Amino acid sequence: MLKILRERFRQGYRTFPYLKKDPVIAERFRGRPQLPIEPCALDCHACRDACPYGAVQIDQGRVGIDLGLCTFCGDCATACPSGTLTFSRDHRLATRKRDDLLVGPAELQLAAALDERMKKLFGRSLKLRQVSAGGCNACEADINVLGTLVFDLGRYGIQFVASPRHADGLLVTGPVTENMKSALLDTYAAVPEPKLVIASGACAIGGGPFRGSPEVNNGIGDLLPVDLYIPGCPPHPWTTLDGLLRLLGRLERR
Amino acid sequence: MSRLKPAQILRNGDSVPLAEVTILEMDAFFTAVKQEAAAQGRVIALFASPAGDEFDLFALIAHDWQGTLALLRTRVVDRYPSLTPELPAVHLFEREIAEQYGVVPEGHPWFKPVRFHRSYSAGDAWGRDQQPLIPGDMDYYRVEGSDVHEVAVGPVHAGVIEPGHFRFQCHGEKVLHMEISLGYQHRGLEPLLQGKPGPATMQRLETVAGDSTIAHATAYARICESLSHTAVPPRAEAIRALALELERLANHVGDIGGLATDIGYLPTASYCGRLRGDYLNLTADICGSRFGRTLVRPGGVAYDIDKDRAEKMSKQLALVTRDTKGALALFFDCPSVLARLEGTGQVAMDDAEALGLVGVAGRACGLAVDARLHHPWGAYIRNFDQAVFEETGDVHARAKVRQREIVNSISWVNQALSTLPDSPLIERPGRLAPESLAVTLVEGWRGEVAHVALTDKQGAFSRYKIVDPSFRNWSGLAMALRDEQISDFPLCNKSFNLSYCGFDL
Repeated sequence: MLKILRERFRQGYRTFPYLKKDPVIAERFRGRPQLPIEPCALDCHACRDACPYGAVQIDQGRVGIDLGLCTFCGDCATACPSGTLTFSRDHRLATRKRDDLLVGPAELQLAAALDERMKKLFGRSLKLRQVSAGGCNACEADINVLGTLVFDLGRYGIQFVASPRHADGLLVTGPVTENMKSALLDTYAAVPEPKLVIASGACAIGGGPFRGSPEVNNGIGDLLPVDLYIPGCPPHPWTTLDGLLRLLGRLERR
Repeated sequence: MSRLKPAQILRNGDSVPLAEVTILEMDAFFTAVKQEAAAQGRVIALFASPAGDEFDLFALIAHDWQGTLALLRTRVVDRYPSLTPELPAVHLFEREIAEQYGVVPEGHPWFKPVRFHRSYSAGDAWGRDQQPLIPGDMDYYRVEGSDVHEVAVGPVHAGVIEPGHFRFQCHGEKVLHMEISLGYQHRGLEPLLQGKPGPATMQRLETVAGDSTIAHATAYARICESLSHTAVPPRAEAIRALALELERLANHVGDIGGLATDIGYLPTASYCGRLRGDYLNLTADICGSRFGRTLVRPGGVAYDIDKDRAEKMSKQLALVTRDTKGALALFFDCPSVLARLEGTGQVAMDDAEALGLVGVAGRACGLAVDARLHHPWGAYIRNFDQAVFEETGDVHARAKVRQREIVNSISWVNQALSTLPDSPLIERPGRLAPESLAVTLVEGWRGEVAHVALTDKQGAFSRYKIVDPSFRNWSGLAMALRDEQISDFPLCNKSFNLSYCGFDL
C-alpha cells in the first residue's frame, strides 16, 4: 500500500487543463493546412499531382484541400516548389458539414454547436457507441487514449458505452467494409432517437487510404446522416476532443 | 537422412529472378516442404499466385538458427493434397489460398473461409458463387450435450475495438472450445497493391495494422530496396530501428496497462495508459505522427533526428523510463496480480510450435523466434543479442516477455539516440527488377511481419503477400482458452492483443 502511495506521488497529477491551456503538440505535427492567399503563380500542379487521393484541388490558381480525403501525409507540401503550401500545427479541424472540409485560404469553418434542443439533451452528458467498420485500428487506438488520465474524457460528461441501446449516438471509424456494412446499420438502428453520428478519421469520411477498393464503401456519408466530421489519419486525440466539445457547444467563444 | 536440394536458399531481404526458382512436381514439392519443416524448419508463408490458367504455389520455410529461408515452388490447377494434417502450421494459409483463388486443399480437416470475400479467380472453393456472402457464415465446431451451451460474441464488441466474431462452446463456466471468425475488417489490401508501386502504396502498407506502421512500412521499403538493389544509408537504418523499438515500447507498455485494467489493478492501468501516449509522442517528435506515418520511405527515412532533437528526446525518454519502471514494478510486485496471471491461458510449447506461433506469444511458450536475432537486417545486424524467452506459456509469461522487452527497447533507443551514424537519410531506389521475387522479415512488436513480392515483366507487383503476426497467432488464443473459465477471455485476449485488421488485410 505504501509503495502504491509513493508511486502515485512520484507519477504526479497529469490531467491536462484543456479548456484553460493550449495543448502541447509535436513540432512536426501536420494539422490544418495553410494555403497561399493569392492564386499560385506557378502552373506546376506539383501539389495536386503528389496527392494519392485527389484531395488537392486547383481552381484558377487557387489551391484548396479536401480535409475529408486528406491523410495529412504532407506529400503536397514537400512537392510544392514555392513553399507556400504548408501544414500548421493547429489541431482544430472538425466540422459539421462535409462541404466545410474543403479548405481554401480562408478560415476553416469549425464545427458549430448542436441546436438548443439537442444541446439540452446531450450538452452535459453524451454517451457514444463506437463502431469500427474497417480501417487499421489507429483511429480506435487514439480514441481509447481519450479515456486515459491525460485527456480524461469523462470530466466533460462524454463516455463510450458498451451497448447502442445505452448510447446517444455512434462514433464510426473505418471506410465501412462490405463485411461490416450490415453490422453498422444494425447498430445505428439500435440507438434510440434522437441520435448523433460522428465520422472520425479519413476512412470514415472518404475511404482514406483504402478509397477505391471494391471491398469498401469510401466512408459512411451515403449510409448515415453525419453530424460531425473529424479529419485525420488518425485524428489527433486533441482534434477529436476539440470536435466533440464544439459539437456540445462548450467551446463557442474559442 | 539425406535431403533433397530443390529449394532456393535465401536470406531476409534477398530477391531472386523467378526463372531461377525451380518449378517442382507437386509430389516433390510437398515432400520437400515436409522435409524442410522436419529439419527444424518453420513455415512462414504459403501462398498462391496466378500463372496463366494455373497457379504457382510458393512455400517459404525459415531455418532460424542458420538464418536462411528456403523457397519452394510448384504449380497447381484447382486442387492439391492438403499439408495441414501433417503440418498444422499451414492450416490458415491453405484456407486463404482456397478463398483467394478457389484452389482446394483436399483433406483439410478444418476447411472454412477466412475473410469472406469473393474469389479473385473464377471459382469459389465452397460453391458460393450464386449466394450472397455473409461474414461469419460457416459451420462452427459444436459440442453437443445436455449442459453444453454456446456463447456468440461480436462482430461489434463492447469496447472501442475492432470487429470480430467469437463462438464459445461452454460447459457451465468452462470453455471447451472457442472458435474465431474474422474478415470484418477486410479492405482488399493485397489486390490493391497489384500493378504498383504507386503514390498510395506506402500509405496502404502503413495501414495494414495501424499500431504496427513502422514494422509493415519497413518490410515494404525493404522489398523495394531488395528489388532495386538499393543500399540504405546507415543513418536511415538506425532511425528505422529506433522507431521500431519505440513502436514496441508504446504497445508493450499499453498492453501491460490493458492487463492491469482487466485485472482491476488501477494504478498500473492508469499510469501505463498515459505512458503509452508518451512513447507515441516520442515517435511524433521524429515525424509528426504518433503512429510513425510518413517516416519510413523506400530507400531510407523522410525525417532526420538532429543532435538537438536527439538530446531532447533522450531527456524526455529518461523521464518516461522512470515512470514506466515505477508502474511496472508495482504491477509485478503485487501478489494478487501475479496470482491472477500465473497459470491462466496456458499454451503448451508443443502446441505453439505445431501452430507456428510467432512473436511475444511464441517467445512466451519458449519458442526461440525473433527475426532480430535470427534474420537480422539493417541496424540489428551484429547488434542485437537481447532476445527474451519465457517458458510457461501463460498470461504471466506473455506479460513477462513484454516487461523484459520494454527494458531492452529502452536501452536500445537510448543507445541509438546517442550514436546515430553520419550519412544521408535516403538513397532513392531505382526501377524494381522484373520477374523477380523478394522476401523481407521484420520483427514488429507483435511478432514476425513477412512480406513477399513478385514482379511482372515491367517490374510492377504481380502479387504482394502480407503475413501479419496475427495471422499466425489467433489460433494460439483459441488454444489458450481451452478449459479456462469464459470470464478469463478478456485477460487472455489482452495478453495476445492480436490485430483484426492485420489478419483481415
